[in-house]
Amino acid sequence: MIEFFTSETFSTVVSALNSGFIKTLQLFFITLIGALPLGLVISFGSMSRMPPIRWLTRAVVWIIRGTPLVLQIIALYYVPGIQKWFNWPSGETGRMLAVCVAFIFNYACYFSEIYRGGIQGVPRGQQEAGLVLGMTRGQIFRHVTLLQMIKRIVPPISNEVITLVKDTSLARVVALQEVIWMGESFMKGNQGIAGLVWPLFFTAIYYLVFSGIVTVLLGKLEKKLAFF
Amino acid sequence: MAILEVRNIEKHFGPTRVLEDISFSLEKGQTLAIIGSSGSGKTTLLRCLNFLEKPDRGTIAVNGSVIFDADDRNTQREREVRKKRLHFGMVFQSFNLFPQYTALKNVTLAKELLSQERPDFKQNKKAILEEIQAEGRALLAKMGLSNRESHYPSQLSGGQQQRVAIARALALSPDILCFDEPTSALDPELTGEVLRVIRELADQKTTMIIVTHEMAFARDVADEVIFMDGGVIVEQGAAEQVIEHPREERTRQFLSRYAGS
Repeated sequence: MIEFFTSETFSTVVSALNSGFIKTLQLFFITLIGALPLGLVISFGSMSRMPPIRWLTRAVVWIIRGTPLVLQIIALYYVPGIQKWFNWPSGETGRMLAVCVAFIFNYACYFSEIYRGGIQGVPRGQQEAGLVLGMTRGQIFRHVTLLQMIKRIVPPISNEVITLVKDTSLARVVALQEVIWMGESFMKGNQGIAGLVWPLFFTAIYYLVFSGIVTVLLGKLEKKLAFF
Repeated sequence: MAILEVRNIEKHFGPTRVLEDISFSLEKGQTLAIIGSSGSGKTTLLRCLNFLEKPDRGTIAVNGSVIFDADDRNTQREREVRKKRLHFGMVFQSFNLFPQYTALKNVTLAKELLSQERPDFKQNKKAILEEIQAEGRALLAKMGLSNRESHYPSQLSGGQQQRVAIARALALSPDILCFDEPTSALDPELTGEVLRVIRELADQKTTMIIVTHEMAFARDVADEVIFMDGGVIVEQGAAEQVIEHPREERTRQFLSRYAGS
């Protein structure tokens, strides 16, 4: 046990975990950049005045939220190839691409419901006050409702974002070489060292530190919006 | 010529008829009070004037031109409705101030947005916005709120909030200012300051329609009074006459509940 903790092994493991964690971070940020705006589009769909659009959007949201993300990742990565629809690029690029699409779509559906609650939670009188002042619907959204909605949704969105930090590890199911996969590799020997158990558990430190930073930042945002 | 001419307005919510054959007119510079018990249709009538509800029948004319006709779809297009709304200002029972803006910004926001549509906005942007700011400050001063410009609504009392809301409505210089029970959400000790401001506006010949439960105030400030019950106008006439010497039995019954107030 002692020999595993030689500084040489330690630095090999840490540098491998670091490179895995960079991929974790990539997946995290790409998911947010894609899912935050896509969620808004989906929420508009689920509140559409046209019933077919509303039903269709709500059905999709139900399916995505009602099935495991792991299953969606597997389906998205393997089914197109099996069905000969198209092939993802080979190797890590393809895995990353497929996983990102699955994550963005999944999180967008969760965000859309949070947005919907946020939009519908703004009192109707705010909209009416804007209307009688001659504002357009777009102006009312941008200048009146939007910030009130953001204030309402920051706490539930924070919750999802912190879940996302750890959900990124689900990408391991298609062997994306994120930090969990890297940690495990020292058990299995994919990196030339086998039989090390501690690196897998060492990954927890990465998640803890990162989710800690995210929590602090989102807390600051919440404070910033506390002026009204 | 009357500044406002309402003809045969009718409104249903599903099978419930809330307004029936409502007709009245209002002269420029006059104040009209609408009284009646809850559910009599007073608020719905105000909301129809502000295009927040669409009447099923009838016409509304301002300054002699028809701005709404239930039978003419051309008068109901969204783009034009937005402009027509500006004939009316609206002060809500629950204030509906924008919580994320200061008192001053609440007053100036709509005018700033409207000014962007002016052809000379790009060249004179700075001067235009400064002028709007100055007007906003003047309006708040008129409401006795000079020292509250940079307060957020949550930092103001109900009476102060309602006065900001009045300034906000006045900022767009509406032809007719509408009040929907402006003091009903206020503690009794705060109603006075709001009523005083409305009284000053009446003295300055602002054309106003006030839905209110303050009978003494209606009698003293309004020129005309309409009494509504069950969606119809039961009695209308000079304020003094309707409140002190009602002709209709229903009006008398209603007013007897306010006797002594």
